Amino acid sequence: MSLQTKNLRVYYQTLRGDVKALDDVTFNIKDGEIMGLAGESGCGKTTLANSIIYLTPPMKYIDGSVELDGEELPIWDIDSMNTFRYKKVSIIPQYAMNAMNPTRKIGKMTEELLVSKKISYKKTKAELDRRLDLVELKNDILGMYPIELSGGMKQRMVLVLSTLLNPSLLIADEITSALDVSTQKAVAEMLVEFRNRKIVKSMIVITHDISILYQIADSILVMYAGKLAEKASTEVIIHSPMHPYTRLLISSLPKVGVKYSEKKLTGIKGNTPLLFNPPVGCRFKDRCPVAFDKCIKEPPFIEIEKGHFVACWRECERNA
Amino acid sequence: MRRYFGRKIVVYLSTFFLAVTIDWAIPRFMPGNPILNLLTRVAGRPETVQHMYNYYSRIFGLDIPVWKQYINFWIALFHGDLGTSVLMFPQKVTAIIMRAVPYDIFLLVPAILLSFYAGNKFGAFAARTKWLDNTVLPLGYMLTATPYMWLGILLAWSLGIVAGIFPIAGAYGFNLQPSLSWVFILSLLEHWFLPFVSLFLVYFGGWAIGMRNMIIYELEADYSHYLEALGAPRSLVRKYAYRNAILPQITGLALQLGVVVAGALVTEVVFSYPGIGYWILQAIQNQDYFLIQGCFLFIIIMVLIANFIIDIVYVIVDPRTRLGMVGGSA
Amino acid sequence: MTEQINIEKSERMDKVPVKKQKKVNEFIYFAIRNNKLKIGLGIVLLFILLALIGPLFAKYDWNAYIGPMSQPPSREFWFGTTTFGQDVYTQFVLGLRATFLVGIIGGGLGTLIGIIIGFVAGYRGGIVDEVLNVLTNVVLVIPTFALLLIVAAYLKVRGIMIESIFIGLTAWPWAARAIRAQTFSLRSRDFVDLARMSGMKPLKIIFTEIAPNMMSYLLMTFILQFGGAILIAATLDFIGLGPTNTISLGLMMNYAVMWGALQFGNWWWFVPPGFAIMAIVGSLYIMNVGLDEVFNPKLREM
Ligand SMILES: Nc1ncnc2c1ncn2[C@@H]1O[C@H](COP(=O)(O)OP(=O)(O)OP(=O)(O)O)[C@@H](O)[C@H]1O
Ligand code: SF4
Ligand SMILES: [Mg+2]
Repeated sequence: MSLQTKNLRVYYQTLRGDVKALDDVTFNIKDGEIMGLAGESGCGKTTLANSIIYLTPPMKYIDGSVELDGEELPIWDIDSMNTFRYKKVSIIPQYAMNAMNPTRKIGKMTEELLVSKKISYKKTKAELDRRLDLVELKNDILGMYPIELSGGMKQRMVLVLSTLLNPSLLIADEITSALDVSTQKAVAEMLVEFRNRKIVKSMIVITHDISILYQIADSILVMYAGKLAEKASTEVIIHSPMHPYTRLLISSLPKVGVKYSEKKLTGIKGNTPLLFNPPVGCRFKDRCPVAFDKCIKEPPFIEIEKGHFVACWRECERNA
Repeated sequence: MRRYFGRKIVVYLSTFFLAVTIDWAIPRFMPGNPILNLLTRVAGRPETVQHMYNYYSRIFGLDIPVWKQYINFWIALFHGDLGTSVLMFPQKVTAIIMRAVPYDIFLLVPAILLSFYAGNKFGAFAARTKWLDNTVLPLGYMLTATPYMWLGILLAWSLGIVAGIFPIAGAYGFNLQPSLSWVFILSLLEHWFLPFVSLFLVYFGGWAIGMRNMIIYELEADYSHYLEALGAPRSLVRKYAYRNAILPQITGLALQLGVVVAGALVTEVVFSYPGIGYWILQAIQNQDYFLIQGCFLFIIIMVLIANFIIDIVYVIVDPRTRLGMVGGSA
Repeated sequence: MTEQINIEKSERMDKVPVKKQKKVNEFIYFAIRNNKLKIGLGIVLLFILLALIGPLFAKYDWNAYIGPMSQPPSREFWFGTTTFGQDVYTQFVLGLRATFLVGIIGGGLGTLIGIIIGFVAGYRGGIVDEVLNVLTNVVLVIPTFALLLIVAAYLKVRGIMIESIFIGLTAWPWAARAIRAQTFSLRSRDFVDLARMSGMKPLKIIFTEIAPNMMSYLLMTFILQFGGAILIAATLDFIGLGPTNTISLGLMMNYAVMWGALQFGNWWWFVPPGFAIMAIVGSLYIMNVGLDEVFNPKLREM
């Protein structure tokens, strides 16, 4: 098991009260697994990503645990997490386009970052050049400033930068959404390549584009309103999803390349609930076409078949 | 880059041209005749007065057509000739300015550079440190909001008159002759201290506040969060944020130059410190329009040069300008 | 691709009105919880109140020699008297009025010109922008005094009004630049594009699409200009280019220095005017930081 999160609960503290953006999240990622993370905008994907690596105010750790390669991550402690960041767990943030200091040459910035982590730039340089080669960037990019790069180049540069220390887990948050279709494909394939070469052991890939996940992910985790809805292998999620929400999500995708966030989910009435005061019971029940009386209680996230987890009372009943 | 500087140069030249034209117009649009004004002080027989009138008219160049005066003004300007002072007749305006300038440099350059350095460091340090932020922020705002002359007056009164530590008028002791002796240098420093401190403090407040406000944006910027997410130590994140926050501060310096100059002017007035500001006041009070004109021209040229230097510095420190994006001061 | 963009746009379009109402409530919510805003505003209001009702308690003419010379504050002369025996309290409260007048008129005019030039330059761009940029630079570089001298030479009698207008006419470059930059970035946003494509006139776009999105920014610009105008006025008054027919805080300091208040130790003459300016302008600035935090969620402290 590469990553194990148990009952993870992380809220945003605001003046108006807590936003329950991550509630009772439990899942595993195997060594070498690329897990896709999907769900509507605002369901807590970025929150989950940040909780694992960079839990800062206004985010607040409530409870639960995260284990990476058998070691517990002190996610609630900003400072002691520093020993794990980058070396064990790394991220390509949602804002990768602006992730690099605009007034520093990229090579210089990389050097300063490494030196600040007590790692020799000289010794790493050869590997850095190889990695750049791998993502089809010329190494004179190191002498450039971020604004001299195209979006795709920046994205790939950040990919190289974030994975330079061979982290065990890489979280890639919407790394393809700002790119055109062909670049998206290329970047996605590079992620797989990085995994295949064991540069990173496992990955969480967040995206609004299910077709990307279909292409690269081994498994898909679907979130809804701060909770997990379903997790299974990619094949199963795409072809035989069980959770009503996943079904709607998949069936509402008419063709490859269309992102679900930009389409109103057909047949799903209403909006995602506000996470200040989430509905009791199943958070999807107000929009769920097959809701029934049992749904006023919270459905557990249970393994229905091997490797297939669902949080829905209907499925529980059927399998009972 | 070329385009950037090409545009800047056009802007500078047009600014210079317009400014000189306005400056040229100052004595010419004044009510009354500056020469008669001068002659009222030289009592004498009517023929003598008439004679002198003609003489001055020729030196001041007021007896030829206006357009010729204008061209002559430009020609004289390029020869470094700004005319003759009425107040200090027959001294040349250029000579008076040249005598005053060292004092301005002595006062302003340290005040600006030191306050820029210290203010920025301090502002960056205070930002995001809650208790410091809560004490420094109001203090800094109060300092920038302090009228220069008031701080000068307070210092002159408290440290000069009440405590009697520092002299409060002039650039050196009345009984001294400029020389390279220790006594003279000491006297120079003593007289310099209070005007320097009052300018320094007000400027300091401004920079500290500016930096504090800029750096909190930079610390919230994506690149800062990325570094933190990768576990970079706080010192690196702060270093980057500081470097980026100082850029708008440099532009701010360019925008503030006018205010900086005005501050120096009134401070010199309070301490009778014989820089340009002191002479401007003398000239205003004596309606010496040629001296005023010369001083203003000098200030304009200096401000333009300072702006130009700031532009160049900006291009050196901010790659975004170099790579074709807009930015910089003028 | 085009289809995607359109969907995004239409979504944004119907989101706008809902957001606005919500936003206003949110601003009020944060405004009444912001200490910087409250304290800054409180101090400014205190001085405004003093300027409004203070003169009602003044017993003398500000210029009349009514009492013993160089008296420290006493029951009779609350703020003491000048070297000539004028009542400092009267001068002070009237000076406060003058200060606020300069702030409102000078700062207001400066902001207005800055807004117009900034909007036009930022929205039109190109050659218009360049020309206005040169104009802005010229005004920025030419010492305000140079122009005021000409005015002073012609108008032997000058009031606060003239001074305020003059300050307004020369103090706008900073505002113009800031607003230009903002307009420039708003101009390329989708909703402005949309308005332009639907054939809306530029002026209408500026007032219906751009200005409302910059309201907070304009308000803060005005506050800064307000404070700036007060400081400029103090400087002008101090070197004798201020009003001639009335009193102001800057003039008080001017007279105090000119007539030996320092040497005689008449601190009550020069301390209050400078202190008031510092307190008012400083509070305005602090208020502005507060407003910035209210309008800008990233700066809010939890
Ligand atoms: N700084 C914050 N303060 C308060 N609430 C926040 C904050 N950031 C996010 N939230 C809330 O937390 C919830 C989850 O946000 P998150 O950014 O994780 O969503 P997401 O799934 O990544 O969405 P997207 O696909 O748009 O990136 C949302 O309801 C959001 O409103
Ligand atoms: S638990 Fe009930 S409401 Fe929730 S998804 Fe299943 S059926 Fe629908
Ligand atoms: Mg997200």
